[in-house]
Amino acid sequence: MSVFSAIGEETEHDQNEFTPGLEPQPTWCPGCGDFGVLKALKGAAAELGLSPDEMLLCTGIGCSGKLNSYFESYGFHTIHGRSLPIARAAKLANPGLTVVAAGGDGDGYGIGGNHFMHSARENHDMTYIVFNNEIFGLTKGQTSPTSPKGHKSKTQPHGSAKEPLRPLSLSLTSGASYIARTAAVNPNQAKEIIIEAIEHDGFSHVDFLTQCPTWNKDARQYVPYIDIQDSDDYDFDTTDRREASEMMAETEDALHEGTVLTGRYYVDSERPSYGQEKRAIGEMPEEPLAERYFDEDYEWERTYDLFLDKHR
Amino acid sequence: MTDDELIWRIAGGSGDGIASTSQNFAKALMRSGLHVFTHRHYPSRIRGGHTYTEIRASANPVESRGDGYNFLLTLGDSFARNPSEGAYYGDEEQKPLYENLDELREGGVIVIDSGLVDTDSVEDFDERVEENNWHVYEFDLRSLAREHGREVMRNTAGVGVTCALAGIDRDWIIELMTEAMPEKILEPNLEILDEAYEMAMEREHTHDVSVPEGEHDEEQVLLSGSDAIAYGSIDEGCRFISGYPMTPWTEVFTIMSQNLPELGGISEQVEDEIAAAALALGASHAGVKAMSGSSGGGFALMSEPLGLAEMTETPVVFVEAMRAGPSTGLPTKPEQGDLEHVLYTSQGDSNRVVFAPSTVSEAYTQTRQAFKLAYEYQIPAIVIYDQKLGGELVNVPASHFDEAPNPDLGSVLTEEEIAEAPHDPSGKYNRFQHNVEKGISPRSLPGQKGGRFLATGNEHMPAGHISEDPENRVFQMDRRMERVENIRKDLDAMDTSHQTPHGPSEAEYGILTWGSNQGTVFEAVDRLNDDGYSVKALSVSDMMPYPVEEVEAFIESVDEVLVVEMNASAQFRGLTQKELGRYGEKLASLLKYNGNPFEPAEIVDGFVTTVVENDTLPGTETKFVPAAGD
Repeated sequence: MSVFSAIGEETEHDQNEFTPGLEPQPTWCPGCGDFGVLKALKGAAAELGLSPDEMLLCTGIGCSGKLNSYFESYGFHTIHGRSLPIARAAKLANPGLTVVAAGGDGDGYGIGGNHFMHSARENHDMTYIVFNNEIFGLTKGQTSPTSPKGHKSKTQPHGSAKEPLRPLSLSLTSGASYIARTAAVNPNQAKEIIIEAIEHDGFSHVDFLTQCPTWNKDARQYVPYIDIQDSDDYDFDTTDRREASEMMAETEDALHEGTVLTGRYYVDSERPSYGQEKRAIGEMPEEPLAERYFDEDYEWERTYDLFLDKHR
Repeated sequence: MTDDELIWRIAGGSGDGIASTSQNFAKALMRSGLHVFTHRHYPSRIRGGHTYTEIRASANPVESRGDGYNFLLTLGDSFARNPSEGAYYGDEEQKPLYENLDELREGGVIVIDSGLVDTDSVEDFDERVEENNWHVYEFDLRSLAREHGREVMRNTAGVGVTCALAGIDRDWIIELMTEAMPEKILEPNLEILDEAYEMAMEREHTHDVSVPEGEHDEEQVLLSGSDAIAYGSIDEGCRFISGYPMTPWTEVFTIMSQNLPELGGISEQVEDEIAAAALALGASHAGVKAMSGSSGGGFALMSEPLGLAEMTETPVVFVEAMRAGPSTGLPTKPEQGDLEHVLYTSQGDSNRVVFAPSTVSEAYTQTRQAFKLAYEYQIPAIVIYDQKLGGELVNVPASHFDEAPNPDLGSVLTEEEIAEAPHDPSGKYNRFQHNVEKGISPRSLPGQKGGRFLATGNEHMPAGHISEDPENRVFQMDRRMERVENIRKDLDAMDTSHQTPHGPSEAEYGILTWGSNQGTVFEAVDRLNDDGYSVKALSVSDMMPYPVEEVEAFIESVDEVLVVEMNASAQFRGLTQKELGRYGEKLASLLKYNGNPFEPAEIVDGFVTTVVENDTLPGTETKFVPAAGD
């Protein structure tokens, strides 16, 4: 039996396989957008023919962090903002794994903002889904990095003086090679985008609009939404950085004004992923590192033979 | 104090090539059959600023820098930026001369590069020379170097002069230079070496300092604590490192980064220390032996992922290279002030393994032990050491490293074993089972069929589902805690101990120490016994789990104990009292935290003054904190 036989296993997988058998029902509030992410991810995984044992889903903390409690796969529920560094190292250690990271807007754009920038810059081959509901949910309704200017909360009683962060533009500037925005209210598009994101060989960033019915009652509930790929009003080339950038800016402005634009914004299929780059310069083995520990024929080198000469 | 040793100090400016020159010189002395020990002193600056390296060479094993030194080669600081008097950094150019005179032994030799250093910069230079019977030799090494090559080659000129004055066979140096230097610069360097040698031989020699003769029983290698930690990691199968540069941890990180790619491993320099530690967790979770590390301030950022490693039972090794704190403190100076930080950082009742190796050879063996325990027990292990141990080059028998590699991942199941193992009704593997042998619940790795589970920093059920169930909480806590007790039992059952005793088996007094002080303390103990005192020492290297029995037996066997450590708050003494639950009345402290490591004489003087004579310490270099009963 091979070491990681779940990887690349060619059998059909049903969406239900990604539902934990005896799990408690999700603790998300009724009407929460997070259900949409869960459903889209399950649908995408099944359609891609993935096995739950070849997927590693890393999450942060908060309502979004509970995603891997309700999604059947290998999971790492990490700490606030840290899903990305854990996920990307797991991918480097075993490139055969399908690695998905997920977090919220506070988690991913606030406390984990540094990791977001650098993971995108390095173009790790993984998918990053950010549950963007423009609020801190599980800590009970504080202003988040994407909350609109003037947003009032218990921690910003006079209304936020800060401009909201623009995740799509930030992602492009940082270097993500696949960037899309979808919404829980748009389930078909959401599933399609997640499929594309997982298939994309590089860092895929999906800004996933998830309405928060409990803490963000004033927030736009992301309806009606416009799918930019389906609309004749928005014609641009998703492989052109400049055009994508302009469209992102327009989308981000529009959201502040109450118009929800979703779709794929930027796709760079040419750029090699970080793992490929590292292999090309000889900084990463061709075969998955994690397999080496099970290879009984592999001869482990030792420092006595390798390096001690220079100390003699 | 004996003069059957050469303690050579080369002083210059940061960036003048002092470190590389002294490294070669130390190796030449080792090859000639001597035991060597180097001590580095450098500022937190790149170019300019007074730096020196000391090499102690003796026919007998040397484990410390010794007291003072007997041969000064002062090259001046060619990168000095503020030569004017009263400037912020002072009269820098001349610092390599006047900053080094206090510790020069009576009868010592001073070689001055008169091309850059002016004896007039020391107000009472001639008086001091006469008073101390120093022997001064001035040569224009700078001009000599410029004549044949470049100014920086005055290091070679200095080595040539040293060979002539200390009676060192030049062939050892020539051999090393030939090995290390490209043809283009070898030629001028050899010319400079020869000419400087001849120049010094022509001068009348008035001094009585020379290099001793020695012979090794077996082949030796010269390496630092940082080398030893890196090599221990590699030999234990570590093939993933992630880090962010910070002095002095950078040394280990650099050595690993330079070697791992050739070994099929991965090194990642990342955005910050939180990421660095998290990456190591991710790689380990996926089935690779992984490490990360930092120094004090950087390690502070790692406390969050450290706790996650503990809760998710993800094996990982962290290295913590201490420098003086708090905060960024003295970036390039040693201190042992991070012990409590490393033991107790992170929230909750957290458990970990903490080892503090005492010598370069122990740095190798204990790093390997840290990996073994981390992967067998699925617990983070930390190797804590200071800038002194990290940077000191010493000779170690090559055979010490003649060990088999160990790629064993520890308690990981194969897919066949997973198929037999208990699963949760949800389909998940029960990764965190309640009642298991030694508290170790075996792991599965992502990608293994049937092994899926949820790793989470929240309290969780056997398959990883988050749960606040009180009964499960107690089971899981007890099992995680139990592992540390079992690690202690394993360590106690080993043939060898990491705790190193020294001195007579029965003695009136004891000195307890930890980490890099070991060699210095042992040398002091030998001297105290030679002087008629009855003293023995124990150097402790296991910090968590603590070697309660060994330390208790030691304390019980003596009347009074002096705890020697490099920090201001007696952290190791505090740990000892906490772990043993008593002995406050029996433990006094000798502390040093001025940025420089102890010298043996300071421990001898400190011991005699405070413990034997019950007197107070003069001066400010070291500090005495009496026992609670005093």
